[in-house]
Amino acid sequence: MTRGVAWLALLALVAAPLAIVIGMSFSTPDAGVPPVVPPLGRAGWQGSWDSWALIFADTFYLDTLLRSLRLAAVTAGLCLLLGFAMALGIASARPAWQPALLALVLLPFWTGFVLRLTAWVGLLRDHGWINAMLLRLGVIAEPLPLLYSDGALLAGMVHSYLPFAVLPLAAALARRDLAVEEAAADLGARPMTVFLTVTLPLAAPAAAAAFLLVFIPAAGEVVIPEMLGAPDSMLIGRAIWGEFFQTRDWPTAAALSTALLALLLVPIALYQRLSVLK
Amino acid sequence: MRRVLLVLGLAFLWAPVLLLAGYAFSDSRVPFEWGGFSLRWFTALANNARILDAAWLSLRIGAAAASLATLLGMALGWVLARHGPFAGRPVFGALAGAPLVLPEVVTGLSLLLLFVGLQALTGWPAQRGAVTVWLAHSALGMAYVAVLVQARLAGLDPALEEAAADLGASPFAVFRTVTLPLIAPSLAAGWLLAFTLSLDDVVLASFVSGPGATTLPVYLFSQLRLGMTPEANALAAVFLVVGAVLSAIAWVFRRRAG
Repeated sequence: MTRGVAWLALLALVAAPLAIVIGMSFSTPDAGVPPVVPPLGRAGWQGSWDSWALIFADTFYLDTLLRSLRLAAVTAGLCLLLGFAMALGIASARPAWQPALLALVLLPFWTGFVLRLTAWVGLLRDHGWINAMLLRLGVIAEPLPLLYSDGALLAGMVHSYLPFAVLPLAAALARRDLAVEEAAADLGARPMTVFLTVTLPLAAPAAAAAFLLVFIPAAGEVVIPEMLGAPDSMLIGRAIWGEFFQTRDWPTAAALSTALLALLLVPIALYQRLSVLK
Repeated sequence: MRRVLLVLGLAFLWAPVLLLAGYAFSDSRVPFEWGGFSLRWFTALANNARILDAAWLSLRIGAAAASLATLLGMALGWVLARHGPFAGRPVFGALAGAPLVLPEVVTGLSLLLLFVGLQALTGWPAQRGAVTVWLAHSALGMAYVAVLVQARLAGLDPALEEAAADLGASPFAVFRTVTLPLIAPSLAAGWLLAFTLSLDDVVLASFVSGPGATTLPVYLFSQLRLGMTPEANALAAVFLVVGAVLSAIAWVFRRRAG
């Protein structure tokens, strides 16, 4: 009974939608509502490979995909570095302090995703807080063009995704057996050696999971590039969003989503092997 | 060294947020410019019917989505933890975990196409709006609940349920009087997580919503990409205080529970 309900929920809300996206990548645009002709009709197959041909004919989409994966990798790498250091700091604090420190990581997120990004807009604008401060201090004579740049985008990405790296790493590091590290120290290893040869290897699976937990969703990010990124630096999430909402070309949006999904299949499978859900 | 990096990381997380909330008390029309202390933006916020309507809709959708997500996620977590290696389990696990990591655009587009396809075949949903957003957010939230419930169930002592069964309790009575109270903390945590995910979502709601059902994040996104007003600062300050109070309450509860 329970398993039937669970299967039904997964098939209806996860499997079927994804299958429809893949199917819709073979549909053709139409002037009606919805603006597509499905690939399977009463007369049988009526689909086309046009949107796939479009994606591969134009290097624009491939460049976009590669740029998105690169941004996701840099974001996940920075989140992992900073997140690991923070998680280590939390895990080595006194146990009574740890919940409070974790709450300090999470509390800024109560402001809400969109408002948090507007904070960055307010800081980085030409007449924003940072430029105003620098002008007043006489460091610069003209406002620096900080917003709508790759740096602004990266700051917003790391700011938004950092807790996704900190929380699992802090949990993994808090669970670790300190006796192993003490044994290495007793046998004469220096703190740095203990860290590099014991702590780090033992935390590697958790670190890999944290990297992927940031990398996979970041590859398709829409809102952060829209609010902070350079308008001409096209990313796959924005491309899908634009094809869907502006161009109303649903087949191409579906084909781009399928391509992104295909590229993320290996990272997703890796993540699921590393995480609890097996 | 560890402590320095932790403090730097926390400063990076907090600085933009504190400045955002702090300038809510500025009298200036320009966000992030100090014009003397004033509460006028909180008054403006309290009189902004569109923001309040969107917030009320978001709260209702969030509560409904968290509730459905908790029910479905409990079923998923139960099957993952208790049903052993049944046929199709790898697929089941992969599907249960997919919403956790899939990029939001892919999930959003896929659910929109599902609703469009359903409408073409069955006539339902006649139009997209609060109901479709509710289902989309439930689909997202159930995966998070499933992880928490599965972990909790895996950590339970099986002797507790066996003892109840040995004393003559029916399977349902065992579940209701032993298992359910034991997994209740993870259900509560899952509900809250699903609720906050729903309250914070822009992308899924943009895809599956229709006219007349604008949630708060979607409204803010549409307004703030055009330029921000100090009312947004005031809203952020309100959220931060609410979050701090709720976190403190949760902390007290956890201390009492030991």
